[in-house]
Amino acid sequence: MADREIMYREALREAIDEEMGANPEVFIIGEGIAERGGSYKVTEGLLAKYGPKRVRDTPIAEAGMIGVGVGAAIAGTRPIVEILYVDFAMLGMDMIVNQAAKFRLMTGGEGRVPFVMRTQGGAGGGVAAQHSQSLEALFYHIPGLRVVMPSTPADAKGLLKHALRQSDPVMFLEHKHLYMTKGPVPEGEHVVAFGKGAIRRQGKDVTVIAWSNMVQRALDAAEDLAAEGIDVEVIDPRTLVPLDEDMILASVAKTRRAVIVQEAPRRGGVASDIASIIQDKAFFELDAPVTIVAGLNVPIPFNLTLEAASVPQKDDVVGGIRRALHIGPLAAAAE
Amino acid sequence: MTRHATDAAVAEPPRSNSDLFGLYRDMRRVRTFEERVGELFVRGQSAGSMLHLSIGEESAAVGLGSLMRKGDTFTTHHRGHGIFLARGADPNRMMAEIAGKETGYCSGKGGSMHIADMGLGHLGANAIVGGGIPAVVGAGLASKRAGEGDVSIAFFGDGAMQQGILYESMNMAALWDLPVLFVCINNQYGMGTRIEQATKGRALHLRAQALGLNGETVDGLDVRDVRATAQALLDDARLGHPGFLAVECYRFFGHARMDKSPYRAEQDETEGRAKDPVRFARDALIGDGTAPEDTLDSLDKEIEAEMDGAIDFAIAAKQPPLSSMFRDVYAVGEAEPEPVRTRIDRILAKD
Repeated sequence: MADREIMYREALREAIDEEMGANPEVFIIGEGIAERGGSYKVTEGLLAKYGPKRVRDTPIAEAGMIGVGVGAAIAGTRPIVEILYVDFAMLGMDMIVNQAAKFRLMTGGEGRVPFVMRTQGGAGGGVAAQHSQSLEALFYHIPGLRVVMPSTPADAKGLLKHALRQSDPVMFLEHKHLYMTKGPVPEGEHVVAFGKGAIRRQGKDVTVIAWSNMVQRALDAAEDLAAEGIDVEVIDPRTLVPLDEDMILASVAKTRRAVIVQEAPRRGGVASDIASIIQDKAFFELDAPVTIVAGLNVPIPFNLTLEAASVPQKDDVVGGIRRALHIGPLAAAAE
Repeated sequence: MTRHATDAAVAEPPRSNSDLFGLYRDMRRVRTFEERVGELFVRGQSAGSMLHLSIGEESAAVGLGSLMRKGDTFTTHHRGHGIFLARGADPNRMMAEIAGKETGYCSGKGGSMHIADMGLGHLGANAIVGGGIPAVVGAGLASKRAGEGDVSIAFFGDGAMQQGILYESMNMAALWDLPVLFVCINNQYGMGTRIEQATKGRALHLRAQALGLNGETVDGLDVRDVRATAQALLDDARLGHPGFLAVECYRFFGHARMDKSPYRAEQDETEGRAKDPVRFARDALIGDGTAPEDTLDSLDKEIEAEMDGAIDFAIAAKQPPLSSMFRDVYAVGEAEPEPVRTRIDRILAKD
């Protein structure tokens, strides 16, 4: 039986709803998530079903609410803290980096922080520099955090359900342009474990690694190149921490070429780290340098033309794949 | 707490304000423990010099520590040895942690500034000024849901009074009627900055009142005053009326062990140290005939022997193996962990 198709935001809501129904320790707090139903409508209807004690509006105080979530997790509950934009999570970085991420180690393994911070990032639509960032590299850098970036409605549901059943602090990074995308999502129990990537398209000529909103862009680029007889494999790691290195290395060993696509600025990004892992562990499998297609090293500009030019578009991905295949000018810089 | 099998003869905390002898004993234990921490450093046996002693602040630790009950939780600042000890911690395992040893409360990975113990409700000491404060609001939410009347207490210094996170936290505690108490141990110094140089408004409890919490300031000289004021606030907090308490005291020594306090005059120190809650209690016990001086002398000697034993225990303990490096960074192979609440209940059932 084919799964029904629902939107990414509906899939997230379904995961929260099912886990709240199954586990009384799960609750959610955030700005405007209860009566308003959330700016992206992920939490719509949950207040009516679970009441104000489990679906709670907070003051606009991001550091405080993240800290409250961390404390509630340490004390034995399973909070979800919704931060409206990942940009606003910067107010709570002490709570994330110095408190949540280190608690298990600092307590010699006695402490647990089963805390999920749901937030969203990404550019597009002219929401400007403080509402558009892709900040996964900041969290990726911090040992102790899990970093999850679902690209499909099914993964949004399955990964969030897993996040609410494990015991590490999770940065659950959604993308604002995925909320309205639709896809097949299994009803009821559907859990996607962390650390297992997905092959979104099988191919033999080149491996493209992409996550979040860049997965669809990579698939669109692959479609264009298929018309020229170029067979692209697209891999979506789904979680950056833990990273499915095995899947990436196996694919690179097969295609002998790798292109990594990230929306975030190139400098200090996750793509650079994945490239270093590939060169370290699969150097002799490669027929070409690892190519990175990334955002420019600029704050996201407001102007729509500038904004679009600052993050990878389909043609940028196509260009990156051509470079990896030595098609076109070899010397062309990534940005 | 199954990993460690040390048994300490932990004294029962005083059950009433009239038990000044018990309160004195607990304060003396804190004082002597801290002196031994200093000794551990001088002997080159502490893992690092980030040791922040709470000498002079014992009435806050014992006044509050003697009121906490099973199920209550708390977080502390970086100067929290005394609070944890007053709550019933094993001095051996504390000293071992301060020495970075495997048998310490956190397997040597937390240290003085991050000591914690889920079993005693210690949700963590913190090296970020104000960093542990919002966690008690979260724990208060959890407690309110559980409905057992357990309270969660944040301990911090006057330095944290100027951090924004305190106000976000107090606001939410009041807004949501949580069983939470905020305790500012005002030792007059935020690192090397005297409170007068840090803020104009020094009636600290008024800030809490402005946000809708109960707010009090108490002189820390007499531990009975601290305990009585804290008792009233705690009772109310258990009913969902959060409170704030500032305990006025004096930090006898520098910020950390390497700090020789160049920012304060010798005369200030002499005057400050005259406000000694341990000596005050001792004089009171002798003065009203509760305990003769030789009884107190022998009690002090017993405590010294206990804390000397803690040093010996710490020095003899093993270093954590290098193979423990990656343990406890993430849950490994823990797809369906035991629910945390069940886990805490199981641990609590053991003490």
